[in-house]
Amino acid sequence: MRLLEYESKEILAKKGIPTPAGVLVYSPGTISLPPPVVIKAQIPIGGRQKAGGVVEALDQKEAEYKVEQMLSRTVRDYRVNKVLVEEKLDTAQEFYLGITYDTVAKEPIAIFSAEGGVDIEQLAEREPEKVQKRHFSVRTGLPEYTAREMISQASITGRTLLGLSNIFSLLATIFLENDATVTEINPLAQTKDGKRVALDCHVEIDDDALYRNPPLAQKEKDPHRVEGGRIASDFEKKATEIDNLDQRGVAGRLIEFDGNLGLIIGGGGASLTAFDAVQRHGGHPANYCEIGGNPSVLKTKELTKHILSKPGVEKIAVIMNVVSNTRVDLIARGVIKGIVEVGKNPSETLCVFRVPGAWEEEGFKILSKYGVDYCDRTVSIDEAARRGVEKLTKG
Amino acid sequence: MAILANKDTRIIVQGITGREAVTFTKDMIDYGSKVVAGVTPGKGGQTVHGVPVFDTVYQAVRQHSAEASVISVPPAMVRGAALEALSNGIKLLVLVTERVPEKDTIEVVGVARADGAVVIGPNTLGMINPHTVKIGMAGGPVEHVKKAYMPGPVAIASRSGGMTTEIANLLTTHGIGQSTCISIGGDPVVGSNFLDLIPLFDKDPDTKAIVLFCEPGGVIEERLSELVLSEEIKTPIVAFVAGRFVDTMPGVRFGHAATIVEGKRGTAAGKIEQFQKAGIHVAEGLNDIVSILETFL
Repeated sequence: MRLLEYESKEILAKKGIPTPAGVLVYSPGTISLPPPVVIKAQIPIGGRQKAGGVVEALDQKEAEYKVEQMLSRTVRDYRVNKVLVEEKLDTAQEFYLGITYDTVAKEPIAIFSAEGGVDIEQLAEREPEKVQKRHFSVRTGLPEYTAREMISQASITGRTLLGLSNIFSLLATIFLENDATVTEINPLAQTKDGKRVALDCHVEIDDDALYRNPPLAQKEKDPHRVEGGRIASDFEKKATEIDNLDQRGVAGRLIEFDGNLGLIIGGGGASLTAFDAVQRHGGHPANYCEIGGNPSVLKTKELTKHILSKPGVEKIAVIMNVVSNTRVDLIARGVIKGIVEVGKNPSETLCVFRVPGAWEEEGFKILSKYGVDYCDRTVSIDEAARRGVEKLTKG
Repeated sequence: MAILANKDTRIIVQGITGREAVTFTKDMIDYGSKVVAGVTPGKGGQTVHGVPVFDTVYQAVRQHSAEASVISVPPAMVRGAALEALSNGIKLLVLVTERVPEKDTIEVVGVARADGAVVIGPNTLGMINPHTVKIGMAGGPVEHVKKAYMPGPVAIASRSGGMTTEIANLLTTHGIGQSTCISIGGDPVVGSNFLDLIPLFDKDPDTKAIVLFCEPGGVIEERLSELVLSEEIKTPIVAFVAGRFVDTMPGVRFGHAATIVEGKRGTAAGKIEQFQKAGIHVAEGLNDIVSILETFL
């Protein structure tokens, strides 16, 4: 879960990290903050500045006009339904402070640069000496002395060193306490009057740990919190409904493509493999999907009918890895029933069926009965995809 | 020999009374794995397929010393169960649970590292040394495992559980056996990733080649290429990278949580390019894994 900027700043402020004075605005009207101000779209995605999601205003009238404008906009596919209006500060210097997991070292890593306001990864690649990195333990957090060691490497001294180290250590505490996967202040500004303020920040929370953070879990469920992003097509939404028909297995997690070959493929890694294989052999998938666990005959049947209902889709390929949990016969029964119910002939419509494993004899029996060419475990996913595409193109 | 476990490895199952655990415990026993005890707090004194259940790991290992544990408990309890196992001297943990908080995984892995223990998973189907030992769910019931796996010289490490068995089956179909097959787990952080396992395979006299199943997301493949270039891993590696089409769809989630592509990092194309630079063989189609392996076996 990616937090919105104002949500992140609330967490920072509660921990004692200074943030600019600001107000959250949901509708046009009087802005209670004296100008100059910065007006920032609250959307859960980076690159706001470049996309025009951050603007400045010098006087009250301009501020109110620009807030109204911003609230009518869509930025990077998100509808702007709230803006954060903040005091504009006189910045003397900008720093980068970040905490994330190093997934290779399997430890949290603290990252600091005296050149904030930039894309840190580009800077790290171009001038690695300007970026300090240090691993720390999830059990101890980032001690202030470690933060001081890192920051003093950038020749920062005196009150700035102490202030930054304190904030850095707090940021690591926030990271750990909230089960974050990223906490980043970029930039942290040193103002001309010597204060240190988090101008922008980015916090992401581990979805698998949201159960430990009920207030955030609640927010995540709020449908008005974020509006937009990649919007599921009606075809995809219907598939989700099918998957929700019962709790048994997965059959319906679907992404629409514009090809003519319907796919019922699974599970995770095998779906990726099968989709690639179909494309590699010249096929044009109508959809990506994942089936797994042991879906009911009903779900598989409905999914089959749904995919075949898509205009232009005449044939369907069913490809899974060797299964031990999923029952081959239940998948076969569901697919065949679906094809028959839409009035088509399974032996023509099902251009390949390659699901070997548990209950395969029973499954193969059903397929034979309907004259379907099935593949056993000696035919790879790749070869099955090739046969399916060949059958589709040769008719 | 293979790696990490053998026919004498003594295994406990934490969470043994859970529905999934009851099933895979039977499958493990049928395959010949030495499941010596189970642990479910509050259910001590019961048995599962003849395996005695204890309330604590301490009691279990005091009566039936053990080196390995399969942990199949709800996500919120994985951290506690794993730390309990480690504090009682368990040296190989297989965490099958999905959706474990990343911070918990990292804490467990940190303690394991200090204790000299190995963690596989979380979100793994486990591992199989064919015809010797199986730890976890991989492959399912014994008759299925025996069809898909056979002993031989090729190690498999896979980011997908199902594809671990699929690749073993592909090799077995072509008469190529396997030494150790590991489903490393689908999470962004796993206890043993390719970087941890490949040096072990490289030292294993039974392993003559390694097959990897890779997916978009993360940077482990890129880092592996660096390792291969710098440390001279001598065992040949064949990598299959699935999800090439995902490169064209930034920001869309496919399959595993780790399969999220952000910008240029972690793309299938990027991984393939780095592999090729490092001399790791890249199989274009699944069947190419076989034809490449046949050139050095």
